[in-house]
Amino acid sequence: MDELMATLKKEIFEQLNLHHVKPEDIGYDQPLFGEGLGLDSIDALELIVLLQQKYGIKLANPAEGPKIFYSIKTMAEYITDHKKQ
Amino acid sequence: MSFDKAISGYVLIKEGRVMYNDVVLFQLPDAAPAIFFNELYNALHINYPKFFKMDNLCKTVFLATEVLLKDRSLTGKYKAEETGIVFSNANSSIDADVRYYQSSMLAPSPALFVYTLPNVAIGELCIRHGIKGETACFVFDIFDSVFQAWYVDMLLDTIGTKACISGWADFCDEKFEAFFYLLEAETDNKLSIKHNSENIDKLYNHVWTS
Amino acid sequence: MEVYIAGKGIISAIGLNVDETLQSLRAGKSGIGNQTNLSGRRDNHLPTGEIKLSNAELATMAGLSAEYSRTALLSMIAAKEAMADSGIHINGLRTGFISATTVGGMDKTEQFMTSYIRDGEFKNIEQVLYHDSGAATELVAEPLGIKHFVSTISTACSSSANSIMYAARLIKTGVLDVAIAGGADAMSLFTLSGFNALMILDENYCTPYDENRKGLNLGEGAGYVVLVSEKVAERLLKAPTVKLTGYANANDAFHQTASSPEGKGNYLAMQGALKMSGLETTAIDYINLHGTGTANNDLSEGMAIQRIFGEQVPKSSSTKAFTGHTLGACGGIEAIFSIMAIEQKMIFPNLRLKTPMKELSFAPVTELMEGVEVKNVLSNSFGFGGNCSSLIFSKVN
Repeated sequence: MDELMATLKKEIFEQLNLHHVKPEDIGYDQPLFGEGLGLDSIDALELIVLLQQKYGIKLANPAEGPKIFYSIKTMAEYITDHKKQ
Repeated sequence: MSFDKAISGYVLIKEGRVMYNDVVLFQLPDAAPAIFFNELYNALHINYPKFFKMDNLCKTVFLATEVLLKDRSLTGKYKAEETGIVFSNANSSIDADVRYYQSSMLAPSPALFVYTLPNVAIGELCIRHGIKGETACFVFDIFDSVFQAWYVDMLLDTIGTKACISGWADFCDEKFEAFFYLLEAETDNKLSIKHNSENIDKLYNHVWTS
Repeated sequence: MEVYIAGKGIISAIGLNVDETLQSLRAGKSGIGNQTNLSGRRDNHLPTGEIKLSNAELATMAGLSAEYSRTALLSMIAAKEAMADSGIHINGLRTGFISATTVGGMDKTEQFMTSYIRDGEFKNIEQVLYHDSGAATELVAEPLGIKHFVSTISTACSSSANSIMYAARLIKTGVLDVAIAGGADAMSLFTLSGFNALMILDENYCTPYDENRKGLNLGEGAGYVVLVSEKVAERLLKAPTVKLTGYANANDAFHQTASSPEGKGNYLAMQGALKMSGLETTAIDYINLHGTGTANNDLSEGMAIQRIFGEQVPKSSSTKAFTGHTLGACGGIEAIFSIMAIEQKMIFPNLRLKTPMKELSFAPVTELMEGVEVKNVLSNSFGFGGNCSSLIFSKVN
């Protein structure tokens, strides 16, 4: 899980062009949206692309996004749960 | 002192140099666009994380406008709907179009797709500076100062626009340039240039001396 | 100075000309369906408002080469119809062609790229000659004999509303006597995959202004009006019955692709157009909604309408359930619908609307209304980049 979260963090930083924050400043539990990282709806769509590209998970309903993309940890949990299937 | 309609400020970014109201503000000739943009961003002490997500055309117009408005705020002086933006360029959003097309081979990127329209660059400026009046982007082979002056004059003369960012900005094949000026219905600014195509051309065609 | 409508031309999924379009609108016949023209693609399960003719067939109609982009072919067909309808001979008149598009010659570029990527050879490089948005305009202007003023506008989904606005200004400021204005967009993989990436496409037939709406369907087509000055209007054999009385453009300044929740830009555009027309809100008889069918657009537009019209919202409908969202062409196509509403004394239904949106106090019309006096129509077109435009068409007294 730790390894997955570390990889995921790196991938998120790359996918979303995050230059104004350092990866080490972002905790695995920290909310990705709202305050903090300042991500918006387009970033959420990019995360959906990331899930599909890197992990083969297709998220059909963007409304599920906020729950899954709450933090790096929730994303990693979702990936772990859905990759096995 | 109060003047009639006049150009109250301008910015010229070309060949790796930035001029703001007759003064060279920043230069980094021969730098790749990405480096130039980041260094200029840093030099202007901006904190706007969205900048890093923008495409190259947006970065060009964003930085030009940051320089143009660095000593003033439009929102303090005018109602949002009294301010507008009109610029033209030669290559529309081709840089973003190509990048999006490349991404679409594997997985179409929503973040790239949103920049495949030239007027999204205007949208970014409107968001940043609270501009809600008329906006337009035109495509010409070369900068047409006669058209530009005619169109922007019309906005100030007919629909109640009081301040308009006007000019030219292009990004293609890793080359870029921007020339923006602020036209105000009334200004008591130190810099005050009569708005006509001759004066616009003179500012745009500036030749670096050193 | 008044600007009159002297002619109109249209092609979309519901008809190849004005008459066919009227028949479909009357019959409530939607043009949304399965895709057939774009082959070998990922997103072919998505329904669209396609024109069921090949490029060769369109080229014959247009009298142009089938090698030209589909956008240019559609543009020519509708622009020619508009010119013929006006009966104007442009000799001696300062005439302009202002056309809008968002994809330009993208369909041809995609054909080129497919073979280029497969074979690695620059075969058929001429396919990319007409890639840029301006090329389609030039290809059509030339055979129409228009040299005085040719211009292209690309501001996303408000593009052709803006070209009509721009043309009106050219006439009002005395630059032109006659202007053909509107827009054209053909279906392309580029836009289809892009809108799909934004997850705003409905996998079923779109349901604008429905509580359970799921997104939009893309469409293709072209729509043009012939705008003329007062002086030209006086000399026309067929006296104009409709004029353009108001227009405005505003920026929402909220997000690259999403509208602000309260529809600030939408509000400013509608308010600006009303102000120019000098009409009271109660004088508007019909609103042709932008109504794409996305959760975001319909709510923002609806909120802005409520703010302007209060308890007395006029009859309204989105005609995108008929045509799909034709992007750069929709302002032109819907200008034609607005004019037809006045001429035909009709209000067109908002198809497939079952459950009105709970946030709104008004709901669009769901049944065709005939024999109604329609004097003033407000037509909305709102685009990415926060670009919002509204036009008002009025009956000539």
